[in-house]
Amino acid sequence: MSASPAIVQASTVGSFTAEAFAAHLGAQKHLPARWLDRKRAAYEKFASLPMPKRGDEAWRFSNIGTLTLEGFEVGRVVPDAPSVSSPFGPAHLTFVNNTLAARTAPVADLASQGVIVATLHEALTRHPELLQAHFMAQPQKLGSEKFAALHTAFVGNGAFVYVPRGVELPAPIVITHAARGAAAAVFPHTLVIAEENSKATVVDLFASMPDLSSPATDPASDHGESEGTRFACGANDLYAGHGSNVTYVAAQNWSRDTLSFQLNSTIVRRDARVQSLNLHLGARQARHESLSQLQAPGAFSQMLALTLAQGAQEFDQRTLQIHQAPNTKSDLLYKNALCDQSRTIFSGLIVVDPDAQKTDAYQSNRNLMLSDDAEANSLPGLEIQANDVRCTHGATSSRIDPEQEFYLESRGIRPAAVQELLTFGFFADVLAKLEHEGLRESLQAMTRAKLQPPS
Amino acid sequence: MSELPDSATLTAADEAAANPVVGIDQTAGNFSYKVDYAFDAGTGLNEDTVRYISSVKKEAPWILEFRLKALKKFLAMPMPTHWATKDLENIDFNKIRYYLSQGQKPKRTWDEVPDDIKKTFERLGIPEQERRFLSGVEAQFDSEAAYSNIKDLVAKQGVIFVNSTEGLREHPELFRKFFGKVIPTGDNKFSALNSAVFSGGSFIYVPKGVKVAQPLQAYFRINAENFGQFERTLIIADEGSEVVYMEGCTAPKFSTSTLHSAVVELVALKGAKIQYITVQNWANNVFNLVTKRGVAHEEAEIKWIDCNIGSRLTMKYPGVVLKGRKARGEVLSIALANDGQHQDTGAKMIHAADETTSNIVAKSISVGQGRSTYRGIVHIPKHLKGCKNNTECDALLINTNSRTDTYPAITVRGDRNATQHEASVSKVNEEMIFYMQSRGLTEGQAMSLAVNGFINDLARQFPMEYSVELKRLIDLEMEGSVG
Repeated sequence: MSASPAIVQASTVGSFTAEAFAAHLGAQKHLPARWLDRKRAAYEKFASLPMPKRGDEAWRFSNIGTLTLEGFEVGRVVPDAPSVSSPFGPAHLTFVNNTLAARTAPVADLASQGVIVATLHEALTRHPELLQAHFMAQPQKLGSEKFAALHTAFVGNGAFVYVPRGVELPAPIVITHAARGAAAAVFPHTLVIAEENSKATVVDLFASMPDLSSPATDPASDHGESEGTRFACGANDLYAGHGSNVTYVAAQNWSRDTLSFQLNSTIVRRDARVQSLNLHLGARQARHESLSQLQAPGAFSQMLALTLAQGAQEFDQRTLQIHQAPNTKSDLLYKNALCDQSRTIFSGLIVVDPDAQKTDAYQSNRNLMLSDDAEANSLPGLEIQANDVRCTHGATSSRIDPEQEFYLESRGIRPAAVQELLTFGFFADVLAKLEHEGLRESLQAMTRAKLQPPS
Repeated sequence: MSELPDSATLTAADEAAANPVVGIDQTAGNFSYKVDYAFDAGTGLNEDTVRYISSVKKEAPWILEFRLKALKKFLAMPMPTHWATKDLENIDFNKIRYYLSQGQKPKRTWDEVPDDIKKTFERLGIPEQERRFLSGVEAQFDSEAAYSNIKDLVAKQGVIFVNSTEGLREHPELFRKFFGKVIPTGDNKFSALNSAVFSGGSFIYVPKGVKVAQPLQAYFRINAENFGQFERTLIIADEGSEVVYMEGCTAPKFSTSTLHSAVVELVALKGAKIQYITVQNWANNVFNLVTKRGVAHEEAEIKWIDCNIGSRLTMKYPGVVLKGRKARGEVLSIALANDGQHQDTGAKMIHAADETTSNIVAKSISVGQGRSTYRGIVHIPKHLKGCKNNTECDALLINTNSRTDTYPAITVRGDRNATQHEASVSKVNEEMIFYMQSRGLTEGQAMSLAVNGFINDLARQFPMEYSVELKRLIDLEMEGSVG
């Protein structure tokens, strides 16, 4: 470990000290040397990069003051394997505090077709070349280089989903990532590789569990502003090979004391289609970065997000759609419903590379303002370097039409219910884009649970 | 166009005869007359330069103090390259002349205008009739106003229309209150620079209830190599008054970079209306870094009509601070970026009172390797109600690798306001071009027509002579862009 504490200031590493990293490496020493080397390099990069500061364009409007790396507990291993219930049904892989806690094998004939649902550790020894090619292989262009390096350095275990050529998964693969304990720091990772003409749906659920001393309960009902602070620094890499069809759903329901970073990278190859939907409910402050690269003609990326912001929550979403080849299409729709004193930031950029003619790109951010103290920031951007394109974006922030609201109230619906109805109505068109009905219902149930906390 | 003896004008007239669509010869700007500059602060910038400018202008001590404070700010502030283009780093502040004047007193009649300045107007291809019209123009030659007579006309209504030096010297009681208040010195690096070395520009006061019938105009020119022009304009429209101000620019082409950095402050008091119109056509080596902002009080209206065709790099985001209830702000912007040009323009709308409304319509055209950028801020802070913003940005890309960017930032707090932003990028409709060609137009003419059609709904809002000039300029820019 060459990053000496003398050079590295405490504030740039916080709880993620060289000692903590050494301990983490020690626990992983059975893994291939190449992996450990990569983690060492990542740690050095993490330690050398500064924290985001005021004036950084990539962090414009973000609350920098509340970003902290202090006070977290790294590498706390869960002694037992508690059950984590998921609104999406039993998870194929459940990780608690970076460790595999439970697994359910997918139906047997999928394995015989070559489908792999494994942990990163298993993939490291069995499929090193695939991991090498796709794990954190894309550039960080949205401002979180430091947190991407932190993720690579400390990632414990994670999910690896591989769908071979021509295979279609009959049902979603569900992965649960849980954080347990008052100061837990987790580094969830999901890597999805869909080969040519395959079809897959993968669901990530991010949830917190109460401290080790109390019994495990349903994470979806964890609404309390519990003691302590938690830290999540996750990443997921999606690779959609030629002609494949990938649906990726991420439901973020961390406890309300969590500082969360989630970094997404999507590669879309020729004639492939990727649909991603992120539901953001939890965390105290959540930053989500999503990079979609349309690399070959016919590629299509649909990027959807729904955010329900309450209390003093801050959701900071940064997106980048890069059209690198002609005849590609992207369609982004991010909707935020803002209650109380919550804040949202949407910063999106469509980039059309020179010669990426016939690009069709769309980007839309809609903010439903439900409180006089909420704040929505929109930064919808375009950088276009080809002329034969159709690129539009739009951003709106407003309350619902007062007449509609008046109508609802005149029918005797109480104001709280009006708010709920408005939010559901506002979210409906995004959810309707999901093909899988069960997933739609699960996401709705999670949203409803947040709107109607158990009294 | 009438017969003019000057041979250069004849050339322009010949061209106009050959192609009636093209009325202005762009190369007419490529000249520079030897001018005997009575006052010259040399190149480079330090405290002495500032003291020199202030002493030449016989300024009051508080103005010198203001300038020196601004210089300190300018030197301390970093270049805004963390968000702006790196091209800014190519400005060599040590090679720029910060002050230059012929030491002339502002002229009252056309006859008193020096011949060489008249020649400059002729070379610009301004026809006789228009020159007669221009006799109502505040024509600025380099740093000081060289010609003015509309002043006397509007003076009858109590309107004060003077240059910045005169304004601060003769009417401090009127102008000092607002000078540097709308745009504080430290607003940005270039407003600080302007505050240190400003000269020229217009100071206007319109008394209560006065509606100025004719637009007030000022022509600016840069006429010396490496000479930056730092006009300072302050317009105060008192309660219920109305005024239209026009600013048009043409500049000779020079081999090395030139810097233009104006500060324009508008104050529209209760119920007043100010319209500020700019047609910017600097030569392709000019850095045009301008700060323009207005404050609109209760029920007042400020409208910026901003058209950028020339310069190497323009960075200009006219803004309105909507300070009083029911104030209204508007920015209509047209930008055309050709090879080697970057038009980085936009708008700022700061809502600071209930029921304020703002509207931004920006259209840009990128030709060849040209790059146009829209950058905007819409800000609606907490606990306001009934505020509305509408923003539309349309970009037209002419050639395969023309470039356009859009970077808006919209902040809305609370649930009683509404904003909407929309932007689109497109190219000229091929079928439209084909149709026009089938009716006998050349591809270039068809393209010109299409581009003029793209901006037509905005250009129509310009005063007639400006929209004519704009159309001609666009025709010129579109020449050779196709085929």
